[in-house]
Amino acid sequence: MYPASFDYFQAENVEQASRLLREYGEEARVIAGGQSLIPFMKYRLALPKYLVDIRGIPGLSFIDKKDGCVRIGALTVHREIEESDLIRSQLPIMRDAAPLIGDPQVRNLGTLGGALCHADPAGDWGPVVLALEGRLKCVGANGERELEAKDFFVDAYSTRLQPDEVLTEVVLPVPGAKSGGAYLKLARRTGDFAMASVAVQLTLDEAGVCQHIGIGAGAAGRTPLRVPDAEGVVRGEKISATVLKEAARRLSQAADPIPDLRGSGEYKREILKALLQRAAQIAASRCKERR
Amino acid sequence: MPDRKRVEIKINGESYSAEVEPRLLLVDFLRGIARLTGTHVGCDSSNCGACTVMMDGVTVKSCTLFAVQANGREILTIEGVAKDGDLHPIQQSFRDHHALQCGYCTPGMVLSALFLLSKKPNPTEREVRLGVSGNLCRCTGYQNIVDAILAAAKRGGQVGRRPT
Ligand SMILES: Cc1cc2nc3c(=O)[nH]c(=O)nc-3n(C[C@H](O)[C@H](O)[C@H](O)COP(=O)(O)OP(=O)(O)OC[C@H]3O[C@@H](n4cnc5c(N)ncnc54)[C@H](O)[C@@H]3O)c2cc1C
Ligand code: FES
Ligand code: FES
Repeated sequence: MYPASFDYFQAENVEQASRLLREYGEEARVIAGGQSLIPFMKYRLALPKYLVDIRGIPGLSFIDKKDGCVRIGALTVHREIEESDLIRSQLPIMRDAAPLIGDPQVRNLGTLGGALCHADPAGDWGPVVLALEGRLKCVGANGERELEAKDFFVDAYSTRLQPDEVLTEVVLPVPGAKSGGAYLKLARRTGDFAMASVAVQLTLDEAGVCQHIGIGAGAAGRTPLRVPDAEGVVRGEKISATVLKEAARRLSQAADPIPDLRGSGEYKREILKALLQRAAQIAASRCKERR
Repeated sequence: MPDRKRVEIKINGESYSAEVEPRLLLVDFLRGIARLTGTHVGCDSSNCGACTVMMDGVTVKSCTLFAVQANGREILTIEGVAKDGDLHPIQQSFRDHHALQCGYCTPGMVLSALFLLSKKPNPTEREVRLGVSGNLCRCTGYQNIVDAILAAAKRGGQVGRRPT
């Protein structure tokens, strides 16, 4: 199965990549790990005439911590996130998600940046980055800018990136000491995309009252979903079954899952409800562990 | 027609160079140009893992990678796993445990097992199952494959070492 013909460039740096993207406009595409783009090209869902390979650009694959934020280079592959000690200690929610993505081969090539730019409504990184209130650094012909994750996703497979922009880095504020996060995904089988998934990042005070909460949901609509409505129910409250049940109800109201082979919209809503309640309980128990 | 690109790929220690269309998939470089047909094509759509090879020490699906992306890199295929006619311990273990029937998935399975054991020399059964979760087998029901990999790991030593 062969994609349509294209011309191929290896960019040596971000500026060169951006220049090529501007020169060829809508007919050009970035390729990173290729784990979404190549299947899309084979199925003719994407028909780029020019591919700009950014995988060889130095300095875009890293995980570090600076100014209270974990920063992850766009070319960092899923496996590196899965294996990172920094991620395990600072952002366990990401450590939950990484091993659930595809299979080992996909995680060896697929990148965090590629997954976010591909913007699959059922992708795993979208909900996590939303719950963590991440920011995305993009570089284009007009220089660098930072987008908030909640503004990044526009529609299924569509983001706010301009055609000449390259995502270079994802910046994730490290939650305070009494924080905990968890990501849960229900899939039909190991390695499949989510039927539905939920990410919860919580901060509790000494009395166990929720100071801050971020909720992200996957396969819950045409984009990864941030759910302020459900967050509002939990904020200022102790984590209890009643509170979480109401939050779950609001999530299922906010969600508009795309019905597909993985389930009807109605079924996915039920899954979302269950996952939110379970993920929030795990997140709360992790707050205690770290206290 | 877009320009053909010159690519040079080291496969099992030997350099292969060719001018290729950018859309040539790595698996077809391996099978068609390098004439190494041990790497199989199953689904051709990133799902089955029959085309699994190692690139710079990690497993990848060669049907989901363009040859131009592998330019200058090192590939290990199943042909490079045995040394001088001696089966690699993982291959021997597959043989001992009847871990293949038609054999179509086997090259990919062996590469995935090799990668798993390079990362986790003493995997649990669950880790083995997850380690080959990107490889489908239509014949064995997997149990013998899992047994073979666990047994290979038990032999210890350098089982996960990449053949050089
Ligand atoms: C069998 C299989 C199973 C999978 N299962 C899952 C799963 O369970 N969960 C999940 O979340 N994902 C899954 N994926 C997708 C996987 O996570 C991909 O790695 C990811 O979606 C894309 O990353 P990539 O680096 O391969 O990007 P590519 O395929 O190279 O690119 C994807 C898109 O993003 C653009 N792009 C890439 N990087 C940048 C950048 N830095 N700046 C601007 N644009 C960019 C490209 O132009 C393209 O449009 C699966 C894939 C496969 C093949
Ligand atoms: S042939 Fe490559 S994954 Fe099936
Ligand atoms: S032995 Fe036949 S597919 Fe695995």
